[in-house]
Amino acid sequence: MKRFLLPLAIFLVVVGFLFKGLNLDPREVPSPLVGKPAPQFSLPQLGDAQKTFSPRDMLGQVWLFNVWASWCVACREEHPILVALSKQNIVPVYGMDYKDTREDAEQWLSQGGNPYLVTAVDADGRVGIDYGVYGVPETYVIDKAGVIAYKQIGPITEDALRDKILPLVKRLQAQ
Amino acid sequence: MLNKISLVITGLVFFGLFALTNSINAEEARPMQENVVIEQQVQRLSEELRCLVCQNQTLADSSAPLAEDLRKEVREMATKGMSDKAIIDYLVTRYGDFVRYRPPLNLATALLWIGPFVLLIASAVGFVSMLRRGRKLSAEAPLSQDEARKVAELLKKES
Repeated sequence: MKRFLLPLAIFLVVVGFLFKGLNLDPREVPSPLVGKPAPQFSLPQLGDAQKTFSPRDMLGQVWLFNVWASWCVACREEHPILVALSKQNIVPVYGMDYKDTREDAEQWLSQGGNPYLVTAVDADGRVGIDYGVYGVPETYVIDKAGVIAYKQIGPITEDALRDKILPLVKRLQAQ
Repeated sequence: MLNKISLVITGLVFFGLFALTNSINAEEARPMQENVVIEQQVQRLSEELRCLVCQNQTLADSSAPLAEDLRKEVREMATKGMSDKAIIDYLVTRYGDFVRYRPPLNLATALLWIGPFVLLIASAVGFVSMLRRGRKLSAEAPLSQDEARKVAELLKKES
């Protein structure tokens, strides 16, 4: 009986690791930017290239920064959620159109609705690199001091919004 | 005669195509020679850095758009004369240690680095102790009187 104990223990440890692994997404790269100030930039706006948008304009507010593109399939999934969120006036949503053309982006917004107060245009993906973007959509929660509090990699789901993002936003707004 | 002519013409056409593709290749390869040092640095770094889209490839292997952008970024930094370390640090502050193809040794990666050696030593110890136990069992089991008698009988029968 005793001779089976060690193999059983090893087996259980392996099962434990594998079970934990089931719930991990290997594509999710933890961002080193969480807890750091959001990188500064100044980019032309979608709709009016004469105007620019910079995270500096947002100091003093908690806001969501959503990186998207018209060519991005997963963005289609989260778009209705963002549109619904923007109608609730809980938190301002700003967008960045990543490596896209203005025509495609504008057409996409006129079709699916525009949840963004302003969309910055990152045509060559430079600002995306500063933000560590490696797949769109990605969404940052930025606090009043301009510090990144959370990064959502991949589409925002109803669950993530309800369980993670909105509670965090409320907490940051109360600060 | 006609056959020969058509053969020659075909040959010429193929030669022409070959020469053409060759010249196209030569066209693309030229920038490599303009600044060998920078290209070598870019190449060296692209093999050290991970493409974040297709995660099991290096930047050098990947043709994902982000990998192209990052190679471009690395080339620009190299042209500015930044050192390997400075360029890698620049990317690590944006993408984390994951962007390095060879993970650095720190607290989070300690298990990754020493784990295989721990496993090797543990299994070696286990193997040796198993061998020892086996030897002990065979050495320390003297024959009982009954068994000794049976052996003696069998040996007697044989002879």
